[in-house]
Amino acid sequence: MNAIDKSAGLDVARIRADFPILDQKIRGKTLVFLDSAASAQKPRAVIDAMRIAMETQYANVHRGLHWMSERTTEAYEAARDAVAALMNAKDRAEIVFTRNSTEAINLLAHSYGRGVMKRGQAVLISGMEHHSNIVPWQMLRDSHGIELRVADITDQGELDMADFEAKLADGRVGLVAITHMSNVLGTVTPAERIVALAHAHGAKVMFDGSQAIVHRKIDVQALGCDFYCWTGHKLYGPTGIGVLWGRRELLERMPPFLGGGDMISSVTYEQSTWAAVPHKFEAGTPAILEGIGLKAAIDYVQAIGYDAMVAHEASLTEHALARLASVPGLTILGQAQERGGVIAFAMEKAHAHDVATLLDRQGIAVRAGHHCAEPLMRRYNLDSTARASFGVYTTHAEVDALAAGLLRVREFFA
Amino acid sequence: MTPSDSFDDLRDLYQEVILDHGRKPRFAQRLETFDSTAKGDNPMCGDRVQVWVKFDGDSIGRVGFEARGCAISVASADLMAETVQGRAKADTKALFEAFREMARTGTCPSCDAALAEPLERLAPLSGVHEYPSRVKCATLPWHALVAALDGSKEASSE
Ligand SMILES: Cc1ncc(COP(=O)(O)O)c(C=O)c1O
Repeated sequence: MNAIDKSAGLDVARIRADFPILDQKIRGKTLVFLDSAASAQKPRAVIDAMRIAMETQYANVHRGLHWMSERTTEAYEAARDAVAALMNAKDRAEIVFTRNSTEAINLLAHSYGRGVMKRGQAVLISGMEHHSNIVPWQMLRDSHGIELRVADITDQGELDMADFEAKLADGRVGLVAITHMSNVLGTVTPAERIVALAHAHGAKVMFDGSQAIVHRKIDVQALGCDFYCWTGHKLYGPTGIGVLWGRRELLERMPPFLGGGDMISSVTYEQSTWAAVPHKFEAGTPAILEGIGLKAAIDYVQAIGYDAMVAHEASLTEHALARLASVPGLTILGQAQERGGVIAFAMEKAHAHDVATLLDRQGIAVRAGHHCAEPLMRRYNLDSTARASFGVYTTHAEVDALAAGLLRVREFFA
Repeated sequence: MTPSDSFDDLRDLYQEVILDHGRKPRFAQRLETFDSTAKGDNPMCGDRVQVWVKFDGDSIGRVGFEARGCAISVASADLMAETVQGRAKADTKALFEAFREMARTGTCPSCDAALAEPLERLAPLSGVHEYPSRVKCATLPWHALVAALDGSKEASSE
């Protein structure tokens, strides 16, 4: 740990002590975990919250009249309050729990796309989407006659605002579904401008905040958007829980997604009536323990504070961009002005998978592949890249280790 | 980074043979005349290979390939082409099964003694068994070859 990691207002050494997994050797080398954008590691607080719930009070929620069920319902519903506060939602009923971002987007494509949008309308996405924000809209297009439009990105990896506006111009776009931060380029999209343009052309806006929630303070009322989704496991929480926030009046107009227990008000063989939002969208026993874990993760993040997290990440990213620029033959994908701590790169004469395996030999974990963004890779004429991404526990020394590791890989292949 | 860097820690999978065949493959060309060809595709990582085969009776006369992918997949395609030339078609399929076993587990104790010599040549690739996500890189060209022997155009992936 060096001095730089404290100057960003974050005591990284103390934070690292909260993450039991980090202190270990991989293949005999000190672990350097640079794959947090795929899924982040979990602090002790999250692990303990889930374990303690299982050891002391676990039961199903919203149904038992006994002590355990009541305690567990309280704990689970407290997660909804924590999420509402985290995103500054006006109303806790606007928080719908899903399995992950992918399910949140599918819910929206199903309930808003099939249930509210009309044939002949269009959904507008961008050229830097994760597959989870492409495929559900393709399925909607094919089953429901809703056009799918794609706004270009520039060579720098930013949204091409002229093309974005042009694709809204005919007023047929009913929904803009767009990333708030790219999981490949690190680009943070200009959310306020996107919302202003979309609303001016009569379109609603959903942000895929899977990455952004980790790197930016999100205030859905200030953003002015209509839907916002993210996934718990990237924000230091457990897998199996995600969030769809939507404006209450929109959620109320949408038909349910899945049918079953918990989402009904009353059932007869002739017909059923739906529970109020958000329960209308939460069929079946929910991810109870994961909700409890997510609340612990949110409390953890809030205690650190977004200002400190963002400053630390900005410092790491700047350091990494400078260090990686000194590795000969390395190309970094995207040079957005506004970016978060996700850096994808390609090395001349070395395939991304070889780079990743050779880094792994040195204890350094990065991701390699198309990062679930094949169309984006194609845009840059690449099949795959390697990607390093940072979390609250990442140190400047780890970034240095990455640069040194890449120099060795380069030498090895020379 | 110093000139004395031995790279010992990087060598277990990337032995000199693999780096060499990965960098300068000898059989990386499409055949002008061929009897069969098939493609293999690994959608997980974008590796792509096409294999061309010219038969010589019941044996494999010549093999050529074009590969776009990592050093492991290119080296594997090249070692495969080198190893199967002149080999009976039926034998080649048995060799594929043995190689696949070796790629998955590191050895092939149950393999036919007759395959010992060709397997020895492919042995530098056995290190992939420690990297489950990379096993496919090594076996992809073989899937394409077997597809070509079977007369199908696309390799069925594992
Ligand atoms: C930008 C973006 N969107 C969506 C997802 C999907 O998240 P999940 O797999 O948790 O649904 C991810 C993560 O993989 C992502 O980075």
